[in-house]
Amino acid sequence: MRKLVIAALVTAVSAGSAFAQQVIRMGTEGAYEPYNFINDKGEIDGFERELGDKLCEIAGYTCEWVKNDWDTIIPNLLSGNYDTIMAGMSITDERKEKIDFTQNYFPPAASAYVALAGADDSVINGNIAAQVNTIQSAYIAESDATLIEFAIADETVAAVRNGEADAVFADKDYLQKIVDESNGELKFVGEDVQLGGGVGMGVRKSDTEMRDKFDAAITQLKGDGTLNAMIEKWFNIKDAF
Amino acid sequence: MFEMCADPKVLAGLDWFACYLTTPKHFQFYFSFLVVLTLIFITAPIVLALGFLGAFARRAAFAPLRLVGHAYTSMVRGVPDIVFFLFVPIALDQALEYVRHRVLCPEVTEPVYRGNDFVVCAAAKLPLSSAPQWIHEVYGFVLAIIAFSVVFGAFAANTIDGALSAVPRAQLETARAYGMTERQTFRRIHLPQMWVYALPGLSNLWMILIKATPLLFLLGITDIVYWARELGGSKTSFFEYPHPDWRVWYFLALLAFYLLLTWLSEKGFAWLNVRVRRGQATIGAEVAGVGR
Repeated sequence: MRKLVIAALVTAVSAGSAFAQQVIRMGTEGAYEPYNFINDKGEIDGFERELGDKLCEIAGYTCEWVKNDWDTIIPNLLSGNYDTIMAGMSITDERKEKIDFTQNYFPPAASAYVALAGADDSVINGNIAAQVNTIQSAYIAESDATLIEFAIADETVAAVRNGEADAVFADKDYLQKIVDESNGELKFVGEDVQLGGGVGMGVRKSDTEMRDKFDAAITQLKGDGTLNAMIEKWFNIKDAF
Repeated sequence: MFEMCADPKVLAGLDWFACYLTTPKHFQFYFSFLVVLTLIFITAPIVLALGFLGAFARRAAFAPLRLVGHAYTSMVRGVPDIVFFLFVPIALDQALEYVRHRVLCPEVTEPVYRGNDFVVCAAAKLPLSSAPQWIHEVYGFVLAIIAFSVVFGAFAANTIDGALSAVPRAQLETARAYGMTERQTFRRIHLPQMWVYALPGLSNLWMILIKATPLLFLLGITDIVYWARELGGSKTSFFEYPHPDWRVWYFLALLAFYLLLTWLSEKGFAWLNVRVRRGQATIGAEVAGVGR
């Protein structure tokens, strides 16, 4: 009898621990629609929220979303405030020196210039607004144009609207809807530029086990078409992978 | 909130605004005003207490304590606030986690600092990863209060130290001549007269504390500045209530809020000033029309 009770207790405890899922804190910016944004309910929403929740479900984690400024998003990952970054962050060699990435869950994408409707293509050599610490700001810094950096993406577009910058340079997927809904006030100028190695989930280099699990989950979603469906829903892009 | 808000697309005019201003996101904005007020009203008494401790340390007969008092005020006052605000919460958080890691997970042999990573075991995390998000937010808020208190406490210590020195010696000597003990002299004569000299400096500190609260935003706390910027930014149709760039209106609201707060504070301090001068033989008291 006693053995039975102990055996029952042991199974109960081990079953309990199997169900007590590890909690993963997911860091994001919440100001880069449609990747991630704060919706009118005050919750984190967007492509990455939907994808991240799905990935956690597959990997068997309980996930909690945390918002953090873009500018400090990598330092705060390193100091352990959260465990992953899903914030439309492109995989670059420079970032790989500090953190690891999963495989990309969004293919390498075009960056584009947007200016006021009256502007011509030459403005891309003028004052260009870009968000700080992005591949776009790095690109402008290397070019002949003058870089004006802003903390959040919305401010880069506002800078063009109020004449502070001649054009904004950002992910085309971010700019597309803004241009579409500007009532002709804004337009794309110049050529698109292909930058970065696609968007991946950033993790600490020491978290290899978690990275592998998320990697496998992304592979699974790529394989069964779920990821393509999500990208089509949020970005209106067909057959991304 | 209202029933008509179920489908924002069909709304227009005042209805649209009524619904827009009562979204859960806006309530987070309104709540953040309370967060700022809470910060001010919790921090202020701590600052005053730290100020007294610092001032006593600086005036202590025991030399090492005097050194501690001087070191505290000179160091904190000499470092830019913003550096301190960024340093204290991070350093405190990592120090606490490091100690907990050493105590709670002695079996882990890997170093805490691995390359760029600061890695402590799951049990040492503060707060635990499994804790709900509001606990993380309260924790961050407490760290912010500590940072604010340490910084403003140093300025308060200086002010109070100066005020204690400004009380005329004759007053204290008379008290002693009446046979009062040191303690009685301090409580009955020194402290009540000190306020007259300390109040202008402390009211300055209070105003600066109010105006420094947007620094909360730097510490990752979603305060009124964060929400004003977030809500005011232009919104595309990914949102239920699309609108152009309205940041100027939101910041105007913050301006009104801070002006109201500082205006009320000035009234409060004017009243306090009259109150502490009551019955005291100072020039200020005669000007204020009370006293003798």
